Amino acid sequence: MNDLPALARDTALAARGVSKRFGSVVALDRVSLEVRRGECVALIGESGSGKTTLLRCFNRLTDPDEGQVLVDGSDVAAVDPVQLRRRIGYVPQDGGLLPHWRVRRNAALVPWLRGATDASAQADRALALVGLDPAKLGERWPRELSGGQRQRVAVARALAASPDIVLLDEPFGALDAITRADLQAGFGTLRRELRVTALLVTHDLAEAERLADRIGVMHRGRLEQVAPPERLRDEPATEYVRALLARARGRA
Amino acid sequence: MRPGSRGSYRAGLRRRALSLALLLGLTAVPARGQAPAQGTMGSQRPVIVASKPFGESYLLAEMFAQLLEARGIQAERRLGLGATQIAFTALERGAIDVYPEYTGTGLLAILHERPSADPREVYARVARECRERFGVRWLPPLGFQNTYAIAVRRPTADSLHLHSLTDLARVAPTLRAGLTPDFIGRDDGLPGLGRAYGIRFREVRALLSAVKYQALAAGQVDVIDGYSTDGLILKYDLVVLADDRGFFPPYEAAAVIAPGLSQRRPDAVAALTELSGLLVEGTMRALNRRVEVDGEPVARVAAEALTGLGLTHGAAGDERRAHTASAPRAGLGAYLWSERRTLLSLTGRHVLLVVVSLAAAIALAVPLGLMLERARAGAESIIRGVGLLQTIPGIALIAFMIPLLGIGVVPALVALFLYSLYPILRNTYTGVRDAAPEAVGAALALGMTPRQILRYVRLPLAAPLIMAGIRTAAVINVGTATLAAFIGAGGLGDPIASGLALSDTRMILSGALPAAGLALVVDTLLGAAERVLRPGG
Repeated sequence: MNDLPALARDTALAARGVSKRFGSVVALDRVSLEVRRGECVALIGESGSGKTTLLRCFNRLTDPDEGQVLVDGSDVAAVDPVQLRRRIGYVPQDGGLLPHWRVRRNAALVPWLRGATDASAQADRALALVGLDPAKLGERWPRELSGGQRQRVAVARALAASPDIVLLDEPFGALDAITRADLQAGFGTLRRELRVTALLVTHDLAEAERLADRIGVMHRGRLEQVAPPERLRDEPATEYVRALLARARGRA
Repeated sequence: MRPGSRGSYRAGLRRRALSLALLLGLTAVPARGQAPAQGTMGSQRPVIVASKPFGESYLLAEMFAQLLEARGIQAERRLGLGATQIAFTALERGAIDVYPEYTGTGLLAILHERPSADPREVYARVARECRERFGVRWLPPLGFQNTYAIAVRRPTADSLHLHSLTDLARVAPTLRAGLTPDFIGRDDGLPGLGRAYGIRFREVRALLSAVKYQALAAGQVDVIDGYSTDGLILKYDLVVLADDRGFFPPYEAAAVIAPGLSQRRPDAVAALTELSGLLVEGTMRALNRRVEVDGEPVARVAAEALTGLGLTHGAAGDERRAHTASAPRAGLGAYLWSERRTLLSLTGRHVLLVVVSLAAAIALAVPLGLMLERARAGAESIIRGVGLLQTIPGIALIAFMIPLLGIGVVPALVALFLYSLYPILRNTYTGVRDAAPEAVGAALALGMTPRQILRYVRLPLAAPLIMAGIRTAAVINVGTATLAAFIGAGGLGDPIASGLALSDTRMILSGALPAAGLALVVDTLLGAAERVLRPGG
């Protein structure tokens, strides 16, 4: 620990020299990253580049082989994973709503796990924040909602217990372009209002540019560059970053 | 039907049953225990009379029972026990007290010894060795033999001048034989016949007993094997060819009695001995015909036979077994109606067997399935091991139970319980393992403990699959429970077993139809339960 620089006081998430192997596959190779309080960092890269693995280190869905992961300044290895997860919001790509729970109960999950007596009220506030009318939709089953509505509920669920940090794993990837743009705009505004720290995994450069303060480019388990969008564009640090951006522009 | 062939597996079955029990950690409940204690008590237990599942055995057992009752001895009937191995094991363990057996069967199937032609010598050997080895007593023979009979149509016999098997050997190469699979393979069957008489048929077809006689009557085959006292020999006016070289081993019928019955109930043994020597082959064939061909109730035929022999004074046993006592030729609907009380109580017993065994299976298989989901390493092999139970034929599984648990309700429940495990266990495990992986993943990521995930996510999502497994098990169970009749556990299998033995379709249907109805009801009820349990409305 001594050889590592002290953390800045406003660092919410930090990975220091984190490595992870799955069998012979190197998923993370000595990755270091810091996310400041209130900041949104997007991780982009191809499938298998390690971006989701890095994300999962922060709520201990994955434990690294080497290196250190810190949340709010404390080493997550020393924290009970269940308690840790209950104070970090999480939005998976497919929503991951419990199909046998109504919308309100889904949104109330984390407050309920934390023992809140007003879990339903917290759920309703969160549903309202993401633009869903709790009176109208609260008693619906997830399967009665559209894809976009389901993903809004997933975001509401992640925010219901008012966490300081939210992890999002390709949260809007499965939606059609119009719905995606809609949700991206809504989430961006909400995040800034609530001053939530966010780490966002995406394969969509446009989404990263729209939502993130800084973008981290991952390639074969290494973090090639972390920079604000315009710096990434103007001063790509490696040939891979340059090529990736060029490809993304070509498609857009 | 011939009670010879199955018994040779008895020792092997017993070993396998034992290892099965060890595998499952079952504790053997001694079935013997009931017998000795009773004698000292004021009220004696009734003498339990059993039979094997074919017409003549039913008839003889019914005669035993009525004779005991006429002598003031209470008798309980356990008719139609699976086969030699089931009946004899039950007798040896004192779960039943008496049943009719044949000396040749005793020699071949119980003692596994080669027969000789002399009936007296065979009887003496069987009686001595059964007493020494099992404590089982053979009462003096009833007076007739029921041995193999090679039969042809009367016109065939006339035109070819057939009287004996020696005559048959002469023309056999021009004839087609329809023989039971059993007879084709046994040493005292076709192979031995070839050696003793040089008989070689033009063609041999394997036919089951049920269709053999019709095939012969219809001219599909020319020669069949039967049993010398079969009533059908009379019905079809067949000629039985004489065994002029004394090839077939003697099958003298006699009552066999449980160890200790002589001390415990000397009066019962004395009463049963009264029948010895009184039944000749012609009488027996005529009685069998009334039961098997004319469809007369066993109880009535038995009662009249006893009166005819001067052992009782008539009107002894009219209302014996209710489901054999109705008018013989009423329609199916009228028959079912007349049997409604019996059928209702049999259905009640059937439901009891199914519900208790199913409840026990649920109580074990569901928690086990949940545990295996948490410890997946050994899960597949354990589930496959339980699945192996499913491959044991029902009657065999029930037979395995006898050495351990005797006969009656307990072994039937254990067998049904074992049959129910696999579908429930497999569906529970698969259901919780594969329950909505994205939902499980999100629940974990948001801070549910594994226990909470099981309780609030996996289990409710798996509930429909678990219920489907329970439904499958229940329906299989309703069907399999009909086999319980073969070990005297009652239920709707009773009339099925009797009907099969007595070639009485109405009687078979009176058990099979309610069983089918019961399966439908059970499936419907559990289907409704499944819809209620389906998560998300």
